[in-house]
Parts: sequence; structure tokens; C-alpha cells
Amino acid sequence: MTSISLQTAPQFDLPGVDDRRHALADYASADVLVLIQYCNHCPYVLAWQDRINALAREYADRGVAMVAVASNDARAYPEDGFEAMVARAREEDFAFDYVYDEDQSLARALGSQRTPEAFVFDRDRRLVYHGAVDDDRSGDAITRHYLRDALEAALAGRSPEIADTPPVGCTVKWRN
Amino acid sequence: MPRIELLFWEGCPSYPEARQLVEDVLSELGIDAPLELREVRSQAEAEAERFPGSPTIRVDGTDIDAAGAAGRPSLTCRIYRRPDGRASPVPTRDQIKEALT
Repeated sequence: MTSISLQTAPQFDLPGVDDRRHALADYASADVLVLIQYCNHCPYVLAWQDRINALAREYADRGVAMVAVASNDARAYPEDGFEAMVARAREEDFAFDYVYDEDQSLARALGSQRTPEAFVFDRDRRLVYHGAVDDDRSGDAITRHYLRDALEAALAGRSPEIADTPPVGCTVKWRN
Repeated sequence: MPRIELLFWEGCPSYPEARQLVEDVLSELGIDAPLELREVRSQAEAEAERFPGSPTIRVDGTDIDAAGAAGRPSLTCRIYRRPDGRASPVPTRDQIKEALT
């Protein structure tokens, strides 16, 4: 059980930085699906970015699909707009899909609060983990690898020992 | 006694950590100066204060992070860089120390 009411992966069909659309159904073959509420401008996202990218790369061959979802109001935060997303994905060689949720419908469906905020769905697309990537933003003193542990558990068909942690990061920037 | 200001925006969760950092450094250096906390609540206030993001720390009016001080005034979380280039939502202890010594 997690602290949020979301139980299964919500439907979505959004443009990605790769010039393709990305829908929930497109990930049907993935054993595990990770959606991460994301953005360009937040220092918390930047602090975790390399570890998120490394996890996406490491687990891609093991049946894990990862999708970063950018929903911030780009009028108020232009660095979170689509063109900036494309540039960031290219600069950082993202190993995950990066989609633009301009109308914020996916963020609302997820009940997102922060960037970054991870949602892990199992083979049946039931939510098995929600929250932070790990327990140390700086990466210098990590004691709990929440997201990694959730991926391992989900791939093994188990529930993770820790299913819910408070997401730590910037607030989602909702449109007025 | 230096004037030490910590400007913050409630929408960014980093200011309690920044406040603790500043208080720790003040204690370590034996500086008995009050820390002025000032909340920035609107874009208009951000512009009036030349506030490039939360937290912003100034000693005698000078931003402790010159590189970030000229950023666009905005209600946002501020990005600091650690010595190895990694991003952080708060300055390093050394940055604060340098500004105070």
C-alpha cells in the first residue's frame, strides 16, 4: 500500500523529446513501468538525474521501461518547456523516454506532488512503489536505494519491502 | 557584526536545510549575528528583491554565490553547484564559510 490513492497506471498519450508519441499501451511488453515526475529546472531533479539515468540504462535490458513526465507550467518556468526538454535529453543522453504533459493531465492522474517523484508499476500495471529515488539527494551517503529495490522486487514478482516514501523535491508547478 | 539575510520561497523545500547550514556555520565560526529570514511571496517581490531563487543568502548585501546571483528573478528553487560540478538545492558549507570570513 502507498500513501496515495493511485492504484494502477493511468492512460496517457504524450509527445516525447524523440518526436514520437508515447502511450501507456506502447509499454505493454515491459515487465515493469516506471513513471517519474520530472522537469528541467529543479535542483533536486538535477541532483538525482545521473542516478535516475543510470538506473534506466541498467534496467532497460531487464524489462524495465522508464518514462520521465514533465508537466510544469512552461509559461511560468520556460526552462521546463518542450524545446528545453529536447535539449536536456540530448545533452545528458537520457536513457529514458521524456514526455511533455503540457495540459498536466498525467500529473493530475498520478497525483504528483514533487519533482522528482517515482511511480513503479508491476507487470499488471499495479502501483508497487511511490516516492523518492533513494534516501540521499547528494548521493554521498545513500543507505536505502528505494527505486532500485522496488525494481528488483517488481521484476521478481514481489512487493518491495518499502512501498512508499515521501517524494523530496520541487513542487509541481501547476497552471493557474 | 555582519548582516546575514536568508531569502526564501515557501514553495521550495530547501530553506530549512539552508537555515540550518547557516546557523551551523555561524556557530562554528563563533559569529553572534542574527540570521534575518525573509520570505519572498510573489513574482513582483522576487523582482524587487533581485531574488534568483530559494534559498538566497546574502552577507552585508552580497550574495554568497556570485555565479547564481544574476539569475532571472523568479519563484523557483535555486541551483547551486558543488565543487565537483554536481547540482544542489543548497550552497555548500564552505561557500557560506567563505562569505563569512
